[in-house]
Amino acid sequence: MTDAPTQSRSGSRAWYLLLVLPFIALLWVPFYNRVEPTLGGFPFFYWYQFLWVFVTSGIIVLVHRMIG
Amino acid sequence: MNWTALIVFILLFGFITVIGFVAANWRRGDLDLLHEWGLAGRRLGTVVTWFLLGGDVYTAYTFVAVPALVFGAGAIGFFALPYTIIVYPLVFLILPRMWSVAHTHNYITAADFVQGRYGSRWLALAVAITGIVATMPYIALQLLGLQVVIGAMGIGAGGGLAGDLPLIIAFVILAAFTYTSGLRAPAMIAVVKDTLIYITVIALVIVVPIELGGYDKIFAAVPPAKLLLPTPGPNTLGQYSAYATLALGSAFALFLYPHTMTGVLSSSNREVIRRNAAWLPAYSFLLGLLALTGFMALALGVDKMPEFAPQFAQYKSNFAVPALILHAFPDWFAGVAFAAIGIGGLVPAAIMSIAAANLFTRNIYLRFLKPDCTPREEARNAKIVSLVVKLGALVFIIFLPLQYAIQLQLLGGIWISQTIPAVIVGLYTRWLNPWALLIGWAAGIVGGTAMAASTKFQSAVFPLAIDGLTIPGYAALYALLLNFAVSIVLSALFNAAKLGLGRDETAAGDYRFDTARAG
Repeated sequence: MTDAPTQSRSGSRAWYLLLVLPFIALLWVPFYNRVEPTLGGFPFFYWYQFLWVFVTSGIIVLVHRMIG
Repeated sequence: MNWTALIVFILLFGFITVIGFVAANWRRGDLDLLHEWGLAGRRLGTVVTWFLLGGDVYTAYTFVAVPALVFGAGAIGFFALPYTIIVYPLVFLILPRMWSVAHTHNYITAADFVQGRYGSRWLALAVAITGIVATMPYIALQLLGLQVVIGAMGIGAGGGLAGDLPLIIAFVILAAFTYTSGLRAPAMIAVVKDTLIYITVIALVIVVPIELGGYDKIFAAVPPAKLLLPTPGPNTLGQYSAYATLALGSAFALFLYPHTMTGVLSSSNREVIRRNAAWLPAYSFLLGLLALTGFMALALGVDKMPEFAPQFAQYKSNFAVPALILHAFPDWFAGVAFAAIGIGGLVPAAIMSIAAANLFTRNIYLRFLKPDCTPREEARNAKIVSLVVKLGALVFIIFLPLQYAIQLQLLGGIWISQTIPAVIVGLYTRWLNPWALLIGWAAGIVGGTAMAASTKFQSAVFPLAIDGLTIPGYAALYALLLNFAVSIVLSALFNAAKLGLGRDETAAGDYRFDTARAG
């Protein structure tokens, strides 16, 4: 049991890879530079980027939990 | 003169002045020591750090300039949103290491770390000077935010000394509480300031769409050329690459700024920083909403309203948000909103001047001018330098054309990015050679400045042409690539020749140290 924490720590480093997602999602501009589909009057360009505020925050919380 | 707004504004300013002085007694420490005055004793918890870093990153200038850019240039101004999103994974990964090594060795500035890591006072000097020079115009621009809202209340629209008087008063207040309370003052005031900012922005994004008939109407009123980034023509990546590189480059530059570093190093443990990386995006959401107010101002056509004509003539598109506030809110609430922006300028100005003072004292005064100075002399020196730095900013904004401050701020972003190889890469490896880093830094500074000069200092975006394809991109990032290339090639040479390797006083474990776990 004593080496269990070490084991979970080393196995969990892959969680860090999730932190790459916001970079891909936000730096590939042609993907989201458009109006359709709109959401609540917001063109895609705007609500998509707003959405990533929450997704990124969620990813960081998740990674933080998993790596302990 | 808008008396109601002015009275509310003055009352709120009086309130934060009291807080600024009372803050000296909060979690009391010996303010004659630099880590107590300049880092609030390294005792700030998660919540206060959240407000402090929020107050640090999202400044009065941000609140005026970002909507102004969206108002004037459209979608490209929105890069501030992806920028302030992707910065947080970086904060989460990188800054806990900086905190740990700084806590182990009592480093107060990034240049302290460079000194300890590379044993090169010249490289540390380069980092310190870059930090100070990049911070000065930033402070001046905070005062600009203040100047615009004071102008919005009908004071100083004509210019002249009477117009500058409120600015000078605000400056004296700022200088006095920073001198007596150090970093504790902006930390406490940030709580009030951000509460006001949140209230103001939330009110704006509810009230204005109601008047205009919903968000679809607001976006419909935006000209198509401003609504999206224009599709690039043949042989160029157009605004696509500009948008992405501005976001990425700004994210990297952000935590190299001395005031961000000060905010991070004042937190009480590593966990505070990691938790904040998850919760600071709340401010990014706010910033996105604020950017949208640029479109609201556009939809309402505030620049064509005759009552705002004189201020628009004076402050240009920087007046978009103040005009929107005056148009949408009753006078008393406009006073609250203007106080939010005004105090929003004082908080980062205080932190920036403390950060610049720490740099000067630690890495120039102590290292080159008076190596035998006592801890008390050190703290006293920092307090005086913080006054000088603020005075410089005030003189700058009153006597020099505004355009200079904006252009210098633009250059500052390019320059500060050139400390990335020494500071950030240094947190992970000691392979880079201090002299190679110094030459790389110089190459980056010269290259970046030349790129900015080629646009006559009008734009941070440089049209790099490679094999017939034009890739417009943030000059800071291009200069950084040059910097890295030089640093890596020369490091390989210098290290092979065992040239100027320098002494490293840090150990691998220092980068993972935590107070909670060590206790």
